Amino acid sequence: MNKSTFVYVTFIRTTPERLWSALTTTDFIRKYWFGMTCESEWKVGSQWKLSFEDGRVADRGEIIEADPPRRLVLKWQNEWKPEMKAEGESRCTFEIEPVPDLGTQAVKLSVTHGMERLDSKFIQAVAGGWPSILSNLKSLLETGEIVLQSSKRNDK
Amino acid sequence: MKQPDLLFKALADPSRRKLLDRLYANDGQTLGELCEHLDMARQSVTQHLELLESANLLATRWRGREKLHFLNPVPLQAIYERWLSKFEKPRLRALHELKRRLEGELQ
Repeated sequence: MNKSTFVYVTFIRTTPERLWSALTTTDFIRKYWFGMTCESEWKVGSQWKLSFEDGRVADRGEIIEADPPRRLVLKWQNEWKPEMKAEGESRCTFEIEPVPDLGTQAVKLSVTHGMERLDSKFIQAVAGGWPSILSNLKSLLETGEIVLQSSKRNDK
Repeated sequence: MKQPDLLFKALADPSRRKLLDRLYANDGQTLGELCEHLDMARQSVTQHLELLESANLLATRWRGREKLHFLNPVPLQAIYERWLSKFEKPRLRALHELKRRLEGELQ
């Protein structure tokens, strides 16, 4: 843990299994991730990549841990902006915990994204994106619809 | 208390907003670091942090024996979607600009 780390937490009315599936299913990811395509076999050691609608690769990395439906850890490197790619690998951890206290079936999703360097430009850039992506994910799982149609990132 | 009520209650206090600002400027701080430069008893800071965490504006992570506090912006995004984006942004911006200019002229 270092200064270039962000933590995002959201509570979603769903089951751990459904949330895991939402995080690892390409067609579903596209719905809440502003049309981005994310592909992987989601097994330890397998590669993953995130592509724009036009096919350019935005980010890529490797699956470090995959413990469905609890924990997913990814190495994550930017591919799309030279100054961010030069910063090297970041690490992103997804943790899914059931929250029995909330009555209805609910889970807590924590996303921790960080890099072993001070003031990472890449981490700053993704920091702006996660809240809207998680908001869309929550809304999609709870109501079947997304709230936000576009992201700042895709406008660039 | 329901989650949106907790959220607005958490934001209604200037000391808690100050804590959020400090985390925004430098995320992942310990209680000790947060207490520095703050004119607040350590115990009050602890209570404010607890309330911020119950409103999900704060997430904590352990690094060894240190508890680090992180600003969690996800509920703020929800406020934005629910209370700001649906009102017409350009008009709000124009009004904000007008207010800023008028107040600037008065000074």
